[in-house]
Amino acid sequence: MLDALTVAIGVAALALAAWCGHAAWRDQPTKDWHFIGMAVVTVLVLAQLVIGLVKLAQGEKPDEGTVIFVAYLVGAFAAVPAAGMLSLTERTKWGSITVAAGAVVLAVLEVRLYDIWGTAGA
Amino acid sequence: MPDSDTTNATGAATPATADGRKRLVSGPGLLLVWLYGVMVVGAVSRSAFQISTEFDRAPLAYALSAVAALAYAFITYSLVRGGETARKAALICCAAELAGVLAVGTWTLVRPESFPDTTVWSQFGMGYLFIPVILPITGMLWLRKRGEAATR
Repeated sequence: MLDALTVAIGVAALALAAWCGHAAWRDQPTKDWHFIGMAVVTVLVLAQLVIGLVKLAQGEKPDEGTVIFVAYLVGAFAAVPAAGMLSLTERTKWGSITVAAGAVVLAVLEVRLYDIWGTAGA
Repeated sequence: MPDSDTTNATGAATPATADGRKRLVSGPGLLLVWLYGVMVVGAVSRSAFQISTEFDRAPLAYALSAVAALAYAFITYSLVRGGETARKAALICCAAELAGVLAVGTWTLVRPESFPDTTVWSQFGMGYLFIPVILPITGMLWLRKRGEAATR
């Protein structure tokens, strides 16, 4: 369950990065539709955070330790909303590029989360 | 920059903050401050965790990570604050950061036995997609450009 969600978020994050990158390429700022996309990704990451914490509460142990796992869960949750808020202050293509960069960071975090969780539970 | 359907006032002349300081976080500066912010979170949390749990395993590597974290935090603060003094301070710190990345990167390649664990700047920041070596260069280019904009 957690692994499937991690992969899904990684793919969604890359799609968001491509979408906002496209907006930047067309010299446009982030628009309402982009923010809806960011919201969808954020809801997915929030679900991952909750499921991860529930699994920890049930006594499952991540391969690389609980502290690192929780730190990465929280970091992944914050990445896209933080970039989205920054893009609100910069209504140019640079706001779009920043959200794209934030989504790439999220994708990298998901790869790390996949490794950190390891084989503890599928 | 040409803009089709958006109102765009930034990028023109020298945007200033509410209290008159020169804005460093506009246009490319926004991407820069975001990447620096990510590096702050990454480096600070990493070094805090390592120093608090297993400092004896690789004291040199963890201390260097902490130094990197401090550099990132200071540059991020300077960029957000804005103004000519902050711009110069950030410029100096970017140069120091680049020197640090190059020195530590070379050090980890020449004497890997000194580093039982990696630092943020090991192998020129390969574990962080080489962002640590790209960031100070783009940072200095941006800060110099903002300086020229002020004197014009």
